[in-house]
Amino acid sequence: MGAGRFRSGSTLPAWLLAAAPLARLGWATVNDSLGANPVEALAHQTGLWSLRLLLLALAMTPLRRLTGWRWPLRVRRAFGVMAFVWALLHFAIYLVLDQGLDPVVVWEDVVKRPFITVGFTALVLLVPLAATSTDGMMRRLGGRWKRLHRLAYVVPVLAVLHFVWLVKADLREPLIYAAILALLLGLRLRWWLAGRPAASTIQTSSRL
Amino acid sequence: MLIRTPRRGDPEPSEITPEKLYRDRRRFIGASLASGMMALAGGGGAAPLPQPGARFVQVPRGAFGTDETPTPLEKVTRYNNFYEFGTGKGDPAVRARDFQPRPWTVTIDGEVERPGSFDLEDLLKPHAFEERIYRLRCVEGWSMVIPWIGFPLGNLLKRFHPTSRARYVEFTTLHDPRRMPGQRRGILDWPYVEGLRMDEAMHPLTILAVGLYDELLPNQNGAPLRLVVPWKYGFKSIKSIVRIRLVERQPETTWHKAAPEEYGFYSNVNPEVDHPRWSQRKERRIGELFKRPTLMFNGYADQVAHLYAGMDLRKYF
Repeated sequence: MGAGRFRSGSTLPAWLLAAAPLARLGWATVNDSLGANPVEALAHQTGLWSLRLLLLALAMTPLRRLTGWRWPLRVRRAFGVMAFVWALLHFAIYLVLDQGLDPVVVWEDVVKRPFITVGFTALVLLVPLAATSTDGMMRRLGGRWKRLHRLAYVVPVLAVLHFVWLVKADLREPLIYAAILALLLGLRLRWWLAGRPAASTIQTSSRL
Repeated sequence: MLIRTPRRGDPEPSEITPEKLYRDRRRFIGASLASGMMALAGGGGAAPLPQPGARFVQVPRGAFGTDETPTPLEKVTRYNNFYEFGTGKGDPAVRARDFQPRPWTVTIDGEVERPGSFDLEDLLKPHAFEERIYRLRCVEGWSMVIPWIGFPLGNLLKRFHPTSRARYVEFTTLHDPRRMPGQRRGILDWPYVEGLRMDEAMHPLTILAVGLYDELLPNQNGAPLRLVVPWKYGFKSIKSIVRIRLVERQPETTWHKAAPEEYGFYSNVNPEVDHPRWSQRKERRIGELFKRPTLMFNGYADQVAHLYAGMDLRKYF
């Protein structure tokens, strides 16, 4: 996470964009304009932004491929790392304000409640991704980096499931995210199937 | 009908009316006499139902009150679960704004000797309204304290003489997708139906509400007539009632139909019985930062626990 990231300067807008809702939520919190249940609103919004940024990060490769632009791949890291930051905030609200930092209750939730199990798993899986998001780690891990970062396909699936399972009856909103996720993963599957040589090789992974 | 042990319903010492309110009551009686309302109320001390837009005046405070701080009106009216007007908490306040709760007809039928359909004003005329400050605990894990204005449901049911076959009460919300836009989508199996066992319905804690604070029931809170059963999760307290039917068999209720393993017929507030997807041990009181422990029967165990003596509350959740 050195200053080298901003060497070109071109990814800074992506970082700012991914962090901007934080300013809005902070302002709304200070002004008490988050409605009758501000804690619930903050928990919901932080979770939503994490999911949105996960999907945005996942959209960068298809965007690169469909348009030929180079910038999507450069800003992908900003979206991915900020998705982790939002997920941390989301978890912190749950940990502190919902569960009063009680590790026993939190663990009980994690093992007993499927929607928390998958949400917590998603957060845990994001840790190694964030930790290996630097140029230095990319170089050091080489081919293993790519394999590790395929977790970026798993995490949004868990995040969408987390969302679907906490809703009472109206599934519209989580299903919109599920549809976007299905599209992004479906495109990759299609390209992978189309590009797969008769005897599949390691090279196929570069198409994903 | 059960015969209740009188001691059960007695107010807690903390619920005894403070002197100031007692004096208010004297003032109220004076005012009522002056306006001739006592005759209409059958001597019980009534506050009349105001015209739309007007406010209740001098509503006496009823039993079972709490000294907890009531949730501000602005929050009670802008954070609602009323899927007939949308599934977002802020939807009902916006989408029920133009709802017209008058004229309103309520049908009372089934196992009663005097069934019929009644205009709301006529139906309510014999009843003395009182204020009931109750905790409201939503199954989702949040809670409020709401000063309702209403009267015991039991008083109304008795007027229609339930037959010996009446074992449950089934309530139905208005079904009118033109006026209730949320009903245009099949999120729930409309109309919304709820139910109570007869002894629950006759319990003095169970009220029909027509107002909150000193206002007529706002549209988003279930105008013009709703049920309030404070020891059960909020969804049991059905809104905008058009039909009250006394029945022999346990009614099939809306949320139970939508997810039988998640929402039982009884749905008593119980911190020991989790919702299958989340814990019910704690709740966030609207306006507070941290969650507080949820109380058995939402803090009304002294009044209602005996209704469920010997029942396995995990089975009958």
